[in-house]
Amino acid sequence: MRSTWLQASLLLVWALLANGANAIDSERLEDPVLQQRYEQMTHELRCLVCQNETIADSNATLAADLRRELREMLKAGKSDAEIRAFLTERYGDFVLYLPPVTPRTWLLWAAPALLLLGGMVVAALVVLRRARTARADPAALEEEPENL
Amino acid sequence: MIKQSLRYLVPAVLFGALVGFFFIGLQKDPSEIRSPLIGKSAPAFSLESLGDPAVRVGTADFAGRPWLLNVWATWCGGCRQEHETLLEIARENRVPMMGLNWRDERALALQWLAQLGNPYVSVAFDPEGRTAIDWGVYGAPETFLIGADGKVLHKQIGVMTPEIWRRDFLPLLAATEEGS
Repeated sequence: MRSTWLQASLLLVWALLANGANAIDSERLEDPVLQQRYEQMTHELRCLVCQNETIADSNATLAADLRRELREMLKAGKSDAEIRAFLTERYGDFVLYLPPVTPRTWLLWAAPALLLLGGMVVAALVVLRRARTARADPAALEEEPENL
Repeated sequence: MIKQSLRYLVPAVLFGALVGFFFIGLQKDPSEIRSPLIGKSAPAFSLESLGDPAVRVGTADFAGRPWLLNVWATWCGGCRQEHETLLEIARENRVPMMGLNWRDERALALQWLAQLGNPYVSVAFDPEGRTAIDWGVYGAPETFLIGADGKVLHKQIGVMTPEIWRRDFLPLLAATEEGS
């Protein structure tokens, strides 16, 4: 009795996992290389109806239409850059989950590096100041310096 | 002492800047994406007419004059909402409006026009949504204004109202009429 329950629940889990891997998109390309590019690109393109989903995840009609366009362009031998250009000409950069670096987006792209740099500068200043305090008065390090 | 108190201002100023960004950002509608087509040539198409599959209708029908393209479907609630406004615009008889029937069924679409009235000079039938993709359509209703030179002048995303028509479309229409 017990093992039947276990088997049944394992089967259920397996079914859910297998299903989740490709829940929305049932279309496949014959060429495995194209299929791989297809999967990669559908995960980089935004569905504009349901804006926080990629076209791979979205069940919207528009997402299905865009997947169809994508498959046809891949079969026609278009490069990734050509396909991206086709879509941005029509829908704007917003369709890309990885927007190109432009005067409007460079700050967005540079933000992680800038924040890290800023943090390192602050950390260096703190360390230097503590070193100075320690040289002037070694006992001061026993307690947290007041002006930090 | 002065330096010390200035230090406490830093978070306050940062917080103020954040509030400023939110104040502007949260009033924008993220579902309205400016079309990259504005200022470019309208994507050409030639499709079956909704009323008669033997007849082709398309961008060539309006060469040299301004026109409107309204994307609609019977499954689209906003289209039902704006229909009365479209009929009014058609009655003004100032600029021809073409319909692009998007991912719809012919019989349902024809029934809709018969029941509610037909504001369009012609309706192109796009059941697979291919022309819609060329025009960057992502949610009906959408209404484009195309100038006499064949360039896209404006795109309205969402329900057309008399106010939007007067405020956004009429000035552009007057300008393109003057230029042609």
